[in-house]
Amino acid sequence: MRRPRFSGFVSIAVLLFLYIPILILIISSFNASRFGGEWEGFSLRWYVRLFQDREIWHAVQNTLIVGVTATVISTVLGSMVAYAIFRFKSYLQKISFLLTYSTLILPEVLMGMSMLLLFMTLFVPLGLTTIIITHTTFCIAYVALVVLARLEHFNIDVIEAAQDVGASLTQVAFKIVIPMLMPAILSGALLAFTISIDDYIITSFVVGPGSSTLPIHIYGMIKFGATPEVNALSTILILITFFLAFFTQSLTKESVV
Amino acid sequence: MSKPGPRSLEWGLTLPPLFWLTLFFVVPTAIVLLYAFKPTELYGGIGEGWTLETIRALFTRSTLILIYRTLYLSLTATLICLILAVPMGFYIARQRPKVQQLLLMLVVLPFWSSFIVRIYAWKSLLHPEGMLKQLLVYLHLVSEETVFLYHPWAVILVMVYVYIPFAILPIFAAAQKFDEQVFEAAMDLGMTRLKAFFKVFLPSIKNGLFGAVLLVLIPTLGAYVIPDMIGGPDTEMLGNKIVQKTFVDRNIPAAAALSGVLFLGVFLPLVFQSLVQKRQGQTHTVKGGH
Repeated sequence: MRRPRFSGFVSIAVLLFLYIPILILIISSFNASRFGGEWEGFSLRWYVRLFQDREIWHAVQNTLIVGVTATVISTVLGSMVAYAIFRFKSYLQKISFLLTYSTLILPEVLMGMSMLLLFMTLFVPLGLTTIIITHTTFCIAYVALVVLARLEHFNIDVIEAAQDVGASLTQVAFKIVIPMLMPAILSGALLAFTISIDDYIITSFVVGPGSSTLPIHIYGMIKFGATPEVNALSTILILITFFLAFFTQSLTKESVV
Repeated sequence: MSKPGPRSLEWGLTLPPLFWLTLFFVVPTAIVLLYAFKPTELYGGIGEGWTLETIRALFTRSTLILIYRTLYLSLTATLICLILAVPMGFYIARQRPKVQQLLLMLVVLPFWSSFIVRIYAWKSLLHPEGMLKQLLVYLHLVSEETVFLYHPWAVILVMVYVYIPFAILPIFAAAQKFDEQVFEAAMDLGMTRLKAFFKVFLPSIKNGLFGAVLLVLIPTLGAYVIPDMIGGPDTEMLGNKIVQKTFVDRNIPAAAALSGVLFLGVFLPLVFQSLVQKRQGQTHTVKGGH
């Protein structure tokens, strides 16, 4: 059999295409020059300046509040959805499945728009709460997706055996189901968290004064004259997300997509 | 002692998430579509009663051009993603499990890193002072006056960059199930390698291709950050117009009507896909296979 030369060549080209811009960005964050074009020596001045920027720290704080709260609520709701779909194969679950997955299909602009109009109609002022509600809504499906994938290998006999020997519903839930699903629940939560802290498009519709998250803040920095601090900030973010990705990968043997 | 039956357990597990998604997903989506039938007041704001005026305004020349441009940009980006993802998915599927894991990780990793940051990386690369431009000028491949940013191809390039992992993964998953012996049998029967690729391999990964098209087409149809940051006036897409109508013009009904167009643009390919799959299912039953 001939070795697939052409497909190998394309694959290497695509990987280079994916990583070269990120690499250049990381390198230029250490460039002393204000303009990316030429190298003026290694410097950490943009990082220093970054850590002195109060607004960024405020945005980081907002991002974490939103990320953690939305992750907790969506992990609970998403795990419930997944377990019910797996355990009861009824008409109700078909609706639940369809509804959960539709949230993944709707373009982000549409979801942002629809949430804005909902809050407008109900006279809810925009702020951290509206962002949390919105993030929770789109995170539920991601958690459900990951947990449902793990449930495919779940042995239901264990539950029935436990019930036969008289285990109560709470005992089954807290001693069997939740511990067995813990790796999947955790990696679903991490996926939700990563997506929440990164979201720009949907958030931009429901953000209010003073509640800017980090992506919203970065967008503003880029829009109104890109400063080299954005390179430094981006580098830190890339490193954090890569670390999170490896951590999630090690939680579940199956790849999380 | 009475134990709660499975029925009440099912409702207990299903109701809270169902309630949340109804209130914050179904209702808002319905509201958007409803607002398209509301009149606008002169200084922004929503009027009383109902009207078809906003829907009629969709059939103006400028809106039709906008829709055409959106389709053109997103379909081109999707096509390029497919052309690159098919050989790559094919290649990854034929590697040893260890190499496969590594390659998949490398494909997925950029998806984890910040969306805004990835687009910004290209903005600074394509910038007149950026490295790519400087390099190409140095190699005498482009002149000093060439502008990369604001061009439709720059927008397509960055769309491909951001969404290509979504195309590679479903094609890889389909290619992995493909039995290579079928490919060799086809060549033994006299097909050329290229012909076997088109006549045997591509049809058998059809579902993966469909998945890839949907996963790239849906976000690119609704794109607004990429044309906003990378593009210029020639690359305005539906998403940009929706944002502009909402936040600049304060014309919510117009934004809602455009959202309805986008909704249809996403909904129709999905219906098409499920119809095709249903038909496939039927032919399979006729053949008696599975």
